[in-house]
Amino acid sequence: MFDFLEDYDLLGAFWTTVQLAVLSAVGSLIWGTLLAAMRVGPVPLMRGFGTAYVNIVRNIPLTVIILFTSLGLNQTLGISLGADDFETINFRLAVLGLVAYTSAFVCEALRSGINTVPVGQAEAARALGLSFNQVLGLVVLPQAFRSSVGPLANVLIALIKNTTVAAAIGVAEAALLMKEMIENEAQLLLISGIIAFGFVVLTLPTGLFLGWVGKKVAVKR
Amino acid sequence: MTEVSVAKEDEAATGDLVVLKSVNKHFGALHVLQDIDLTIARGEVVVVIGPSGSGKSTLCRTINRLETIDSGSITIDGKPLPAEGKALAKLRADVGMVFQSFNLFAHKTVLENVTLGQVKVRKKDKKEAEERARALLDRVGVAAQADKYPAQLSGGQQQRVAIARALAMEPKVMLFDEPTSALDPEMINEVLEVMQQLARDGMTMIVVTHEMGFARSAANRVVFMADGRIVEQATPDQFFSNPRSDRAKDFLSKILHH
Repeated sequence: MFDFLEDYDLLGAFWTTVQLAVLSAVGSLIWGTLLAAMRVGPVPLMRGFGTAYVNIVRNIPLTVIILFTSLGLNQTLGISLGADDFETINFRLAVLGLVAYTSAFVCEALRSGINTVPVGQAEAARALGLSFNQVLGLVVLPQAFRSSVGPLANVLIALIKNTTVAAAIGVAEAALLMKEMIENEAQLLLISGIIAFGFVVLTLPTGLFLGWVGKKVAVKR
Repeated sequence: MTEVSVAKEDEAATGDLVVLKSVNKHFGALHVLQDIDLTIARGEVVVVIGPSGSGKSTLCRTINRLETIDSGSITIDGKPLPAEGKALAKLRADVGMVFQSFNLFAHKTVLENVTLGQVKVRKKDKKEAEERARALLDRVGVAAQADKYPAQLSGGQQQRVAIARALAMEPKVMLFDEPTSALDPEMINEVLEVMQQLARDGMTMIVVTHEMGFARSAANRVVFMADGRIVEQATPDQFFSNPRSDRAKDFLSKILHH
């Protein structure tokens, strides 16, 4: 029953999925943190930019963003992100699109975490003479990250599943392979089942692990 | 307990350290500080008392600009309070503050709480900062708790750590914003004793409190506030035995005869 699988690189496709997810997760954590810092910061221009970015980007379908990176950035504007072959270009464009999209959600998860930090913590830090960046980086964000592990885990799980949208611009990840297999084989249910199982194998441990981490690092008050 | 110097001894022992001139502040329609004039000399211990909502906490918080003011001027050691940025941060480092709700950094150990400002603001090396932190923790009587987290300490212990954290910056003046109001009755004394020791050592202190015993025993001057104004200033003896204003008489009659 599983004989046909030998003709396909299932592990390779899921490896691409994992690479997409990990790179996008790191990128969106960094960009999302910067966006959150802008949104809580004292500079009106940055606050405005952060607010506008989040509200625009999170309301655009991911498919549109991913297609835009390929059709708009690459084919119209000629941006290739330092790669020559289509495979690498599309992979990098997909990561860029996923980071742009996911960071809006990271920002909001972090901002809800920042709101759990009592205002007295920042006041005490300011009273010591710490600068705005130090107050945020040494006192507020470390506590905010600890209380947003749960929401961030949700964002990460959504991101892992969202990598399937990269199939729209031909990145050879699990969903694109699934489409190819379904076209070639008469095993619709089995193939969907295998791909679904593959994603559960990626997301379920992620959720459980981060749930455990969240409890372990929680700040006691 | 070991002796640790907390006051800057090289400074002149006289002169005005904190000067507020016709300071006004509004919270919306509420005129919370009305033409406040107050001068605090170096080494002086000033206790601010008054009914709830009289503006005494706000007054305390304007001195390191945790609250902004609408008009008037505040100078510390001859320098006007900067509006924001690096200059303000630098000034705040010279003004120690102790809060009603302690506000110890919840994700850092007691020792890290006391070293953070020394290392990040005063740029001391870590070892030197830890030595000073341990000495200060010993001075306030919580040396044994150095490696615990704030949530593992009693309120009284947390507040003493908060005092050590402020002292670690070698401040010119210490502000206490109702430091014992969130404490269980049995823990109030351990904090007041630390504050009394500090006063005896010559630290300039501005203390907002409801502890009349502390005002009597440690203050050089009592400032009585009501409805956003300074109604009366006197030595503790004068104020408690012979208040001049009706408002102060009324206040004292309500709190002293139980």
